[in-house]
Amino acid sequence: MKFGVVVFPGSNCDIDCYYMVDQILQEQVTYLWHADQDLHGVDCIIVPGGYSYGDYLRAGSIARFSPIMEEVIAFGKKGGLILGICNGFQILTESGLLPGALIKNRSLRFQCENTLLRVEQNSTPFTSTYSQHEVISIPIAHEEGGYVADKETLDRLEKEGRVVFRYCNEQGEITPECNPNGSLNNIAGIINEQGNILGMMPHPERCAEAILGGEDGKRIFSSLLEWWQGGAGR
Amino acid sequence: MFKAIITITFKKSILDPQGSAVHKALKSLGYEDVEDVRMGKHVEILLRGEEPQEAETRIKEMCSRLLANPVIEEYQVELVEVEV
Amino acid sequence: MKEDFWREMGLSESEYELIKEILQREPNEVELGMFGVMWSEHCSYKNSRNVLKQFPTEAPWVLQGPGENAGVIDIGDGQAVAFKIESHNHPSAIEPYQGAATGVGGIIRDVFTMGARPIASLNSLRFGSLKSKKTQYLFSGVVSGIAGYGNCMGIPTVAGEVYFHPSYEDNCLVNAMSVGLMNHEDLAKGFANGPGNPVFIVGARTGRDGIHGATFASEELSEASEERRPAVQVGDPFMEKLLMEACLEVIKTGYVVGMQDMGAAGITSSACEMASRAGTGIEMDLAKVPRREEGMNAYEILLSESQERMLVVVQKGKEKEVHSIFAKWGLEAIVVGQVTADGMMMIKEGEEIVAQIPAEALTESCPRYDRESKEPEYLAQAQGYDLASLPEMEDYGKVLLTLLGTPTIASKEWVYSQYDYMVGTNTVVPPGSDAAVLRIKGHNKGIAMKVDGNSRYVYLDPYRGGKIVVAEAARNLVCSGAKPLAITDCLNFGNPEKPEIFWQFKQAVAGMSEACRVLETPVVGGNVSLYNETKGEAIYPTPVVGIVGLVEDLAHVTTLGFKQEEDIIILLGITKDELGASTYLSVIHGLEAGKTPEIDLEFEKQVQQATLELIKKGLVVSAHDCSEGGLAVALAECCMQGKIGADVALTESIRPSSILFGESQSRIVISINKSKIDSVLQQLKKLQVPYKVLGSVGGDSLNIAGSGWKVNVEVAEMEEKYREAIACLMKG
Repeated sequence: MKFGVVVFPGSNCDIDCYYMVDQILQEQVTYLWHADQDLHGVDCIIVPGGYSYGDYLRAGSIARFSPIMEEVIAFGKKGGLILGICNGFQILTESGLLPGALIKNRSLRFQCENTLLRVEQNSTPFTSTYSQHEVISIPIAHEEGGYVADKETLDRLEKEGRVVFRYCNEQGEITPECNPNGSLNNIAGIINEQGNILGMMPHPERCAEAILGGEDGKRIFSSLLEWWQGGAGR
Repeated sequence: MFKAIITITFKKSILDPQGSAVHKALKSLGYEDVEDVRMGKHVEILLRGEEPQEAETRIKEMCSRLLANPVIEEYQVELVEVEV
Repeated sequence: MKEDFWREMGLSESEYELIKEILQREPNEVELGMFGVMWSEHCSYKNSRNVLKQFPTEAPWVLQGPGENAGVIDIGDGQAVAFKIESHNHPSAIEPYQGAATGVGGIIRDVFTMGARPIASLNSLRFGSLKSKKTQYLFSGVVSGIAGYGNCMGIPTVAGEVYFHPSYEDNCLVNAMSVGLMNHEDLAKGFANGPGNPVFIVGARTGRDGIHGATFASEELSEASEERRPAVQVGDPFMEKLLMEACLEVIKTGYVVGMQDMGAAGITSSACEMASRAGTGIEMDLAKVPRREEGMNAYEILLSESQERMLVVVQKGKEKEVHSIFAKWGLEAIVVGQVTADGMMMIKEGEEIVAQIPAEALTESCPRYDRESKEPEYLAQAQGYDLASLPEMEDYGKVLLTLLGTPTIASKEWVYSQYDYMVGTNTVVPPGSDAAVLRIKGHNKGIAMKVDGNSRYVYLDPYRGGKIVVAEAARNLVCSGAKPLAITDCLNFGNPEKPEIFWQFKQAVAGMSEACRVLETPVVGGNVSLYNETKGEAIYPTPVVGIVGLVEDLAHVTTLGFKQEEDIIILLGITKDELGASTYLSVIHGLEAGKTPEIDLEFEKQVQQATLELIKKGLVVSAHDCSEGGLAVALAECCMQGKIGADVALTESIRPSSILFGESQSRIVISINKSKIDSVLQQLKKLQVPYKVLGSVGGDSLNIAGSGWKVNVEVAEMEEKYREAIACLMKG
């Protein structure tokens, strides 16, 4: 399986995502430069975290107009796999590939901490190796991670089971206390209608090695691999 | 030449945490009479052109395409003609 | 007019005469401006250089010592670490967010200009009492500034220290450190070699920011300083991120002859320092310098401290290749001049010559001063304070809780959770332990790092305090499983023209130097920040040390929390009756007095080496050094981090407050698996390190039993006090 990691001016976690796929997953991976329009035949695109264009105007608002995004959007519309992490999630909402938007944390401060997530939907290509309602630990590091959408959109997401991760406590309960940033409905990650594009604020690539504190994030990538190798989606 | 003064704010339905924080701060300074505070962005654009209608159309286009995120923001445009 | 001018430049009359002698004529305004910044304390170290000569700076693993943009040490496998610490005190006191942000930006540039990719940032912060609104404003602004800049750069901020003390009320301290990793062959230096080679300015455009920032940093703060707000630069971390990527890429091409970032004194300092080091000159046309404001004159362009700019000397003929790399990253790269052979700084504006000064005149010819030094009057009395008559407290548990809730000791989670400490996926030990540890991808080894300073110890005994600063930093590294390799120093003091202050400075450096020698941690670079005083009141003398060490095998990584029930707790070292200069004395009794705890550097080395030996043999479960708050606080921290209690007996016959809260040096608390007790005690006896078996890990409270006294505090209660202290005060 071949992965592509998009690099915008100001992207930071591109290096981490590349390492994750190259060394931990041991699959093919290439960088996709923002100014190019070549996807190099990748099977899955990762839009990584960071501060693309300095987060100027709104996080992701300028990156979405990059030449590469034209290709990424077309790829996504055709059913190609896309994983947007943190700034990547912000870019995907700005480009309309995912609904809603991300606004400033309720605390008005940057927050770097481990969070507990409940896997709400394990029938996606990204979460097939998790069990339904499993509680996992994946870190967040953001200042604008509050997921918002209008009532209609939220209802639709819930009804269609498109909320993939929710902030929860150790018991797997969804409470206001365990919501780190004020996201509506404790939403940490969502999927599009077709089920091929996932956006999430927590960083799974930071959580794929025991030495770094945990491996719960690795299974997003191994789910993708398993799904791909299973022949589904080709 | 036109100068467009654009004010971008969160839609009323979006909880504005910064606005709330500033509201609280003003209250703690003794300004009990403040009813509400909303934070926004102020953008000034100097646009070449002759026709005010055309200028306004273009500015509104810029707003809806880039400057404001219609999911969460709304905007107001004030257009004035300026000497070159 | 001339008289006012050279004085305004921060020069003395004798310096002005010297300049005339060097040039054999009157300098013009632009030239005087250049001398003014280059001969300021901040750039020239004229008051401190002779004192700094005491530092040991060499070792087989030192690849680059002081004198370059950052120090560099070898860590094996063809890799090296570049690191340095720098202060940005004066700007942060005036505009905390930007002052701190640009401080971080500046030190990061100093590291990547050497060809190293910055992998971690650290910082040491000192403010007045957190109860004051002003301190809360500064504290919040500084932390936001560091976070804003560092997070945007994608460089994890992994460790630091924060102190609150009235001494810093009007002069906060913001010391920022950067650590970078590179391969030996990527080492780039700040040399303007090869006459004929083109000189580029790359990065941001030049504006009017920060003109005379260097001079501003070389004087005391006053009400007039507020008006100098324009002297504080505004940073753009996005621009710097692009600059960093472009510079690292360009260095790898091999076409870079020399590179230096532009910080204090902007183009002037970068150009003349690079030329001076190489023994060459630089000819430059200011008309070519890209500017972002209209009508800038030569003086302004030369002295501007606009951020995110680099000066790059390139191999002649490779201009196009270099330009295209910067263009790829969206950055301007303009040839503004060339290297010459005559050693002159020849600055033109178009055809007109605006300044003509030998490069070395701006750097080497700056006079060095041996200031007068005199032991301060307060010292004898403060040291001689009779502590024997100090009353004992009734409830030691309550004292412990008070100390844990003191902002200086309390958890700094409020601070570090605003920093992205995980980006880069290298952080093996995050903030909260004795030192941060980063792994090196592709190798089973890591780099440990820490920033440590002390002030009260130095105030009460600068020589001894200086020794302790280095010893404690090294001790923290050892507790994390690393061998300390080298340090970078940031010396924060008051006005050196006052003999008492200069005495503190000299003595502290002497103490630090001795510790560096015994512990084999040479100084590879650093910074001096003088004139930290307002209205005649100086800060406590505050030397800060940034230390880097090598973890030879990631299996050695050790953290401070107790880990499991029944583990045995052992104290290495000796507890003496030493309450002097302690946080306990200050917080509980309101006293800044007594004798700074003793330190025997050879003994310290022994204890450190023993700890590291035990760790390498896999015999240590946790390790934590004793510092502020003494043994009681150290034990409390081990319990809170491990979320588990402990039962210990402290049988010394000295008074309980000394046992619990005295800050005797060279002590480390370790916990070990009970099955290993015999091997451990055998090792300790062999290494001749004194120790005491204190007790064992378990339960949910910290229980300390003494002769006729005890402490029983629940871990949950300690945690609440410790975790919430700062957040509570900041909520207002």
